[in-house]
Amino acid sequence: MFKKLIQKARVKSPWLLHYDCSSCNGCDIEVLACLTPVYDIERFGIINVGNPMHADLLLVTGTVNYRNRKVLLNLHDQMPDPKLVVAIGSCALSGGIFREAYNVIGGVDKVIPVDVYVPGCPAKPEAIIDGVTLGLNVFTRSKEGRKTHAR
Amino acid sequence: MLKTVIPFGPQHPVLPEPLHLKLTVEDEVITEAIPALGFVHRGLEMLANIRDFKQMTQVVERVCGICSMIHAMCYCQGIEAIMGIEVPRRATFLRTIWSELNRMHSHLLWLGLFADSFGFESLFMQLWKIREKVLDLNEATAGNRIIVSVNVIGGVRRDLAPEQISWMLAELAEVEQEINRLGSTLLTDYTVKKRTAGKGVITKDKAFELGLAGPTLRASGVCQDMRMLGYAAFDQLDFEPVVETGGDCYARSKVRFREVLQSIDLIRQALSRIDQSEIRTKVKGRPQGETVCRVEQPRGELFYYIKADGTKNLERLRIRTPTFANIPALLSILPGMWLSDVPVAVLSIDPCISCTER
Repeated sequence: MFKKLIQKARVKSPWLLHYDCSSCNGCDIEVLACLTPVYDIERFGIINVGNPMHADLLLVTGTVNYRNRKVLLNLHDQMPDPKLVVAIGSCALSGGIFREAYNVIGGVDKVIPVDVYVPGCPAKPEAIIDGVTLGLNVFTRSKEGRKTHAR
Repeated sequence: MLKTVIPFGPQHPVLPEPLHLKLTVEDEVITEAIPALGFVHRGLEMLANIRDFKQMTQVVERVCGICSMIHAMCYCQGIEAIMGIEVPRRATFLRTIWSELNRMHSHLLWLGLFADSFGFESLFMQLWKIREKVLDLNEATAGNRIIVSVNVIGGVRRDLAPEQISWMLAELAEVEQEINRLGSTLLTDYTVKKRTAGKGVITKDKAFELGLAGPTLRASGVCQDMRMLGYAAFDQLDFEPVVETGGDCYARSKVRFREVLQSIDLIRQALSRIDQSEIRTKVKGRPQGETVCRVEQPRGELFYYIKADGTKNLERLRIRTPTFANIPALLSILPGMWLSDVPVAVLSIDPCISCTER
């Protein structure tokens, strides 16, 4: 019963951690715009927190490069299970316009497992909210049902 | 007292971007700040060897998502100078309008984040609510909220219809009214002043010596604005740079607040003086030669060096962004500050890390 309560709370009020890998800021300010009165992501109980240990959701924008790969892995490891990773924007999906640049590894899924992909350059706030709410279904699924990903 | 090293970033709630500072702290006072950069480095300048010179317009827009329009404008102006292309008059006015809209949304974003940095969250929400109106203007006229992609070499991609102009004027009047309403809170509120006034002072001589740029420089009393060069249509508008003399965080926020109102005024002037003509000239051939192009970004002077050798790829593209010039300011004001004032000081220079590291 306690487990069920926790699960319900997680779906009703997931806390969000945002990390900018090497995005151009376009997607980042759209993520921030989701928190403001016009889009108001808090109506889903979502709060932006700074501490990965408090977070259920990780929003990643931008491509992974050789410098911030470790930081992203670190943040992902510090988050408690079960966790949800949402990749936002073309860069986070595949490297986008920068995929041929020398310092770029590629999409976020090359480093950590990704649950939801939100396309767009930059992704619109509506799309981000849609992606996050879609991803919340992951918490209701059992652990075995989730996608696994080799690192 | 034992020295402690506190890492600020790369993931920090006050900044959406990964700026990393190693702060050496004695008691609660900072004695040294060392920046560690490279978290956003993509190697964008080298993409000039892979993409051709027309595609690069879209790439340089992604140097920074906040001031993307101005990056593309600067790049296009550079290529146009090399190739000797005459841009139609209407296109220069349209570029001016969109670049000022870009400045407005960037400054409102910054004012909001600044309010958030000293914990004034309701002001942050209100300012971002106004910013959404500016983004609506962008979306209705240029087709996208942030990365508008209106610039092409030789002109612009979209035109304004007469009914759009009257609608824009009405929206701008509304935005101006709302900003003025918040102005009294932002500039005269006791709590805001307590956290910003007298913090992180840079004197006029020091600002000049460090080679700062943009609002950070103008807040210290140096009158320098690249819009005075008269690129695009700025030579046909009445323009006077905003200068404050305080040199502290409060003066820097005041400069940016007044610049938002100034941008509204500039857009109004541009909309009233715009005339009918083509918006785009055909581009033939390939660029050969080199040039330097300077424009005013929301954060300061943006500098492009372009070298082309007559092939479809550029030989070299070098971008110098204003935050690169303003980081020395940050490092000079941080020592001696309280740890709790670090977010305010960091934000007061309006750091754009993706610009700096490209």
